[in-house]
Amino acid sequence: MAINYIPANFDVVRDHTRCIKCRVCERQCSNEVHYYDEELDTMLCNETDCVDCQRCVSLCPTKALKILPNENRFRKNVNWRQQLMVEAYKQAETGGILLSAMGNPEEFPIYWDKLLLNASQVTNPSIDPLREPMETRVFLGKKSNEVKYDSEGDLVLSNTAPHLELSTPIMFSAMSYGSISYNAHASLAKASKELGIFYNTGEGGLHKDFYEYGPNTIVQVASGRFGVHKDYLDTGAAIEIKIGQGAKPGIGGHLPGAKILEDVSRTRMIPMGTDAISPAPHHDIYSIEDLRQLVLSLKEATEYKKPVIVKIAAVHNVAAIASGVARSGADIIAIDGFRGGTGAAPTRIRDNVGIPIELALAQADFRLREEGIRDNVSLVVGGSIRCSTDAVKAVALGADAVYIGTAALLALGCHLCRDCQRGLCNWGIATQKPELVKRLNPEIGYKRLVNIVHAWDHEIKELMGGMGINSIEALRGNRLMLRGVGLNEVELELLGVKHAGTAI
Amino acid sequence: MLKEGQVRIPSGCAISGFINRNGERRSGADIVTSISYMKERSNGLGGGFAGYGIYPEYADKYAFHVFYDDEATRKVGDDFISEHFEVVDCSTIPVREHPGIGKAPLIWRYFVDCRTSKLKSNQLDEREYVAQCVTSINHNIDGAYVFSSGKNMGVFKAVGYPEDVGEYYKLEEYKGHCWTAHGRYPTNTPGWWGGAHPFAMLDYTIVHNGEISSYAVNRNFVEMHGYHCDLLTDTEAITYIFDYLNRKLGMKLEDAAKVIASPFWSEIESSAKYTEKERGILRYIRANFPSLLVTGPFSIMLGFEGGFMALNDRLKLRSMVYAEKDDTVYVASEECAIRAICPDIDGVLSPRGGEPIIVRLNK
Amino acid sequence: MKKVYVNEEWCLGCHLCEYYCAGMNSGERDLVKAFSREKKPLPRIRVEEGTDVNFAVQCRHCAVPYCVKGCITGALSVNDGVIVCDQTRCVGCLTCVLSCPYGCIVRDEEAHVITKCDLCLSRNATPACVEGCPNKAIVLEDRE
Repeated sequence: MAINYIPANFDVVRDHTRCIKCRVCERQCSNEVHYYDEELDTMLCNETDCVDCQRCVSLCPTKALKILPNENRFRKNVNWRQQLMVEAYKQAETGGILLSAMGNPEEFPIYWDKLLLNASQVTNPSIDPLREPMETRVFLGKKSNEVKYDSEGDLVLSNTAPHLELSTPIMFSAMSYGSISYNAHASLAKASKELGIFYNTGEGGLHKDFYEYGPNTIVQVASGRFGVHKDYLDTGAAIEIKIGQGAKPGIGGHLPGAKILEDVSRTRMIPMGTDAISPAPHHDIYSIEDLRQLVLSLKEATEYKKPVIVKIAAVHNVAAIASGVARSGADIIAIDGFRGGTGAAPTRIRDNVGIPIELALAQADFRLREEGIRDNVSLVVGGSIRCSTDAVKAVALGADAVYIGTAALLALGCHLCRDCQRGLCNWGIATQKPELVKRLNPEIGYKRLVNIVHAWDHEIKELMGGMGINSIEALRGNRLMLRGVGLNEVELELLGVKHAGTAI
Repeated sequence: MLKEGQVRIPSGCAISGFINRNGERRSGADIVTSISYMKERSNGLGGGFAGYGIYPEYADKYAFHVFYDDEATRKVGDDFISEHFEVVDCSTIPVREHPGIGKAPLIWRYFVDCRTSKLKSNQLDEREYVAQCVTSINHNIDGAYVFSSGKNMGVFKAVGYPEDVGEYYKLEEYKGHCWTAHGRYPTNTPGWWGGAHPFAMLDYTIVHNGEISSYAVNRNFVEMHGYHCDLLTDTEAITYIFDYLNRKLGMKLEDAAKVIASPFWSEIESSAKYTEKERGILRYIRANFPSLLVTGPFSIMLGFEGGFMALNDRLKLRSMVYAEKDDTVYVASEECAIRAICPDIDGVLSPRGGEPIIVRLNK
Repeated sequence: MKKVYVNEEWCLGCHLCEYYCAGMNSGERDLVKAFSREKKPLPRIRVEEGTDVNFAVQCRHCAVPYCVKGCITGALSVNDGVIVCDQTRCVGCLTCVLSCPYGCIVRDEEAHVITKCDLCLSRNATPACVEGCPNKAIVLEDRE
């Protein structure tokens, strides 16, 4: 029926002079785009189903394939963009809400790209990290300012709040087993251990195989309470209460029953094949004082040995919320920006709800300092930190550490086709199908994760050295190291940054 | 052009100082001589001195040295001080005209006691009360600036070369057991006397050479704890750090030095010079006071009631040497400044980065 | 001695190894050119496909090689542990094909000789199958 015809998003372009008909593309495409026609002795394709994941392009031994945008265009209309028209057609056909995956891809300002870093010249020497120690170790958690001396006149190590010690201010953000594969989790867990950082279970519980990585695991407690039990809490190095997520502030999660296979079912402690629906709010947290009770319950359950993180989405009132969270007994606040990724979210929410992490971070940091409680909590930000300079700028805006999700998935092979919700990930990441899951060999995956974090750490050290800073502590909240370009006065004020060209 | 406090001005500098362990007092002329030998480390845009033990006749009174922009401001300042303190003595600080010193503000000196009634109603510790009053004047009274507020000590500073500043203030007429001096080389024209060093808070004075890269972090921290960094200088921030750690938290200076110029993790974890207990203490310090780590080059001298301390940044990115002779310890940016006033020292030593030299008066 | 091993847990059954092997042994630098010939180059590795499991197989370079023992012309020999074939001496009798317990000897019907894996030693390269495996399922390791 022509009325429901939706043009393919992509053209699959095959150079037939290069194609040797090895059919690797056909075997590798879980969307069944490519197929071989014996009669014609040629490869044909059904491009409607192509999601541009680049798996076939990457594996084609003769580089005979290209995926290009389909140039078929509806009549140009600045207001009614083609995407909006297509979405209207889809909804007219199905009556359903639109789903998307990964972070908001729309054209909103990316403040990271409008911030520039400083370097030393003459009055202050830059420091060469190859010749001098350069420190990126970070402690997350409440800082103690107790100073007492023992009978020998030595400083007493007061009974301080528990800390997380990171070798570099980068952690892997929450991605649940279920939304991503066993092998993806295996890679994250192993890499975290080798790197001396932490990964985060997300709301899907912790597979029994990964309990050995407990000292590098942050276990999440979300509104669905999936997979939460005593051993789970005891195993993690820290507990994260997930209030919200940058990709979909204000709503819960939904993992379709098709992905709840045996292992996922056992790990989440829900029946196989049932949809895992986490409610929008925690039904025991309708107010800030309720949050305090949950924080303290979790601390009580784990004998006050583990820091508690509260993760919130960056929304309009983020600074005040952060202040409330800081007073709730939490040790760490994680803020997730509106660009943050997801395995599935309603498109309209992903693309229209929340605020940029740069502004949320700057304002939360200001507010906590203004109230004199900045040292009661650490701030961790994510959504989206794309490279080492984003991380450096985040620290300079007041973050103690950053969460990376999408960047970690890229290291594992993700090409951001943004079709995770279908569970057919050709790279073996966002899928539970065994034949696809095996495409991600954790031995390869974990090394690539280790590599990317090492690379960023090196770059962070180079940048710090240039600024004459030899320990990351001296960068945190160091807005003098930042200048804005092309930002208006309100933006500069909110970020607490001067415009480029202004002297120190 | 913006003046100090409206803009942050980095500067290089010369520092010099000495202390006699037995409390024997020496003329201020010596410290002027010493600092004059490092003239090329200053550029005439700031010089100053701190002397300890110089007001024996008023040893138990707080001595306020105040710059006023004009008479009107002085009246406001006077009123504030009289309201909060019993003024025992009040006069201008005697100076001599000097061709090297430009237009001066009004420079007044008050010897005061805290008003008992005020102290009681505020329920504050006496030193905290004085600190808050000084902060209040500097922060709230435009054109008034208290640049010295300790007991039996005083700061003297101006825009000019330090030796000219010393002559201007007639330092040869004062005698102290400990003196520090500073010659400034700012990369900008401050033109404001308050911006010169030493920077003081109660009996703490800091002379400092360097440009710290952690400034904004340190400032954020101390401002969160009630200080106002109105001058935007490194020195001011460092003074508040010492005040916070040493006076407010009661941390020993030895430990404060570990906060400010902590050893590197590689040393903490593998150097044989630390015991397990010391490693634990260093870990505690680094994990809990990260915002007070000072990075970038600095050499500082902290004067306080009963002693002084010299400290280099942990990489030792600024020169600083010390020597000892006949119970007097000398510290300076360069050896010449020490030999100028003590020619027969046996030799000078160079303290390692992050290792403080702390000298206390013998009781 | 280092040999090629396959870890079936990671074998995707993509068959790339076959094409890289064939390409390498065709003597052509370019895979497109190698496969544009009238006579398609032959792989010396073969992927066995099952429903849940796939794996690639090639010569195991057995310590006790039946193929070498059975070779009637002496075309097959052991060279430093690697079983190699001198095609100029092979008469295509296929005794080796019959005797190989793994089915790893490949018959070149047109040339009327056999061909087999030599760990790419004759190309002086890392085995093409190892190099080209996208999931590191095929590895070159010393497991003895």
